[in-house]
Amino acid sequence: MNRYTTQRLFGIAVRTAALLIVGVLLLVIGVTVARGGGVLLADPSIVVTPPGSRYMLEGTGGFLHAVLGSLFIVGPATAVSMVAAVSTAVYLQSDYSSDRFSDAVNMFLNVLWGTPPIVYGVFVLTLIIAAGAQTSLFFGIIAIAIFQYPIMTRYTDEALRAAPETVRETTYGVGATRFESMRMTVRAAAPGVIAGLVMGFARGIGDAATVLFTTGRSTRMPGGLFEAATTLPVLIFDQAMSFNAEVRSHAYAAAFVLTIVVLGLILLSKLLAGRYARYTPGGNR
Amino acid sequence: MTEIPLTTDQLAVTYTGDREIEAVKGVSIDFPANTLTTIIGPSGCGKSTLLKSLNRLHDIQENVGIEGDVLLSGDSVYNTDVPAPEIRKRIGYVPQTPTALPVSIYENVAYGLRIHGEYESKADLDEKVETYLRKVNLWDEVSDRLGAPGAELSTGQIQRLCVARSLAVEPDVLLCDEVTSALDPVSAESVEKTLKTLKSEYTLILVTHSMAQARRLADEVVFLYLGEVVESNDVRSFFEDPQEERTKTFIGGSTPVDRDDTPTEPADTPPTPDGGDGSTIGDDKR
Repeated sequence: MNRYTTQRLFGIAVRTAALLIVGVLLLVIGVTVARGGGVLLADPSIVVTPPGSRYMLEGTGGFLHAVLGSLFIVGPATAVSMVAAVSTAVYLQSDYSSDRFSDAVNMFLNVLWGTPPIVYGVFVLTLIIAAGAQTSLFFGIIAIAIFQYPIMTRYTDEALRAAPETVRETTYGVGATRFESMRMTVRAAAPGVIAGLVMGFARGIGDAATVLFTTGRSTRMPGGLFEAATTLPVLIFDQAMSFNAEVRSHAYAAAFVLTIVVLGLILLSKLLAGRYARYTPGGNR
Repeated sequence: MTEIPLTTDQLAVTYTGDREIEAVKGVSIDFPANTLTTIIGPSGCGKSTLLKSLNRLHDIQENVGIEGDVLLSGDSVYNTDVPAPEIRKRIGYVPQTPTALPVSIYENVAYGLRIHGEYESKADLDEKVETYLRKVNLWDEVSDRLGAPGAELSTGQIQRLCVARSLAVEPDVLLCDEVTSALDPVSAESVEKTLKTLKSEYTLILVTHSMAQARRLADEVVFLYLGEVVESNDVRSFFEDPQEERTKTFIGGSTPVDRDDTPTEPADTPPTPDGGDGSTIGDDKR
């Protein structure tokens, strides 16, 4: 086969792959928007209305309890996980750890990243049973934080490694301490760190398996840190399994809300990252 | 007698990674005050290694062993309880790659002042930022956009910004590691101009592998080859009356010492003020 034919074939393969990715994405979003958007347009108030007492049976009221449940779990979990992730990632850099140590830790983090979320759910459930406690928001936060931790740490670690080495030399060169130098490196890596934060949040808010065992289920508004609650992904599963057609249609509406939240977050992170990138050495070129 | 703020005493630097490499072998040099000393030599001869060992910058690397000592105004740099950041504040370092910290132009200059707490008020800080930007001839170019990201400046401007940032903490000595090698000729010229104006006030040590640059800028020249000082002298004597055979060969341009360097002058041509290899591109990194 001649070189130019190979090139043309490769071009076709690459374009097909790109079309496939965009096509699948559009299909998912399209179905969610068409079906969920329709339900939401007909009655937008379901997002901000607490569920009625017979919500799962008759679809009375809305699913505010799950929207809040998701935010109350994933918000604090992301904050906790982010602090742990940035600290770990900083510790893995050459100023604090040897290459061998950080390679080993990164391997474990990769394994953790690949661990199915339901394993985390079962792990925290074991803790709940051992503590004689019951499923609640609190344990949901812990489970999601554990789930997010390897994702955020790997993102942050990669971002810090990609930050220019000269930032270190420059800061040390004017007499910065290790901590001061690292602060500047984290700043130089800000776009990547933000990407990790958003990916962690997006994965956390979309995960059902982790919270299934740890937060429990509830058809009431979240009552407190140590009470059971429902999140959007778990609600969507329950709604989709309902005998009532109206409840089933709400599943699309809830999926629509979830998709919009995740898309919105990703766009926000792009915006923020772009802002920081202006300051990053070489970022504007 | 000339004041000698910085001296090395049998300084040796060894990389102890996969294989052991003695990059600097027992070097003893005096760096006189208010003088620009250039350290020249072919790529890989240990110039940057020597420079970084002067202010303990190797402490941030793994697998580097240091023997001997560096004396800053008579005080040991290595055998001391003084924390390394305090030493690096007194012996500043400007890296080879022009690097704007990921903050505004203003904050780039203010960085050292802030971390060392060396300002009394916002007005004082403003004044200092202006002073040092003026010192590197950058004020007129950036005074109307101090809040803009430092990274948006041209590479030549960024390198002058780096010098301003280093000067702002008032170091006794400033180490410059091939500071023009990543720059285009016009930017390199502006940085050289800045160094020229600074050398009467500061003790500057410049690593370069461009002999033309050494001729243009230096008061003193140290020729390093394979980690050893071959010859060190004032610039005139060094280039016009070299004592060592290896120096003559290096200056002359026949290249048994370094095949990467591409001097343009034949060996028997007497040096001209602006002659030399003219090369500004090189890499002394390990």
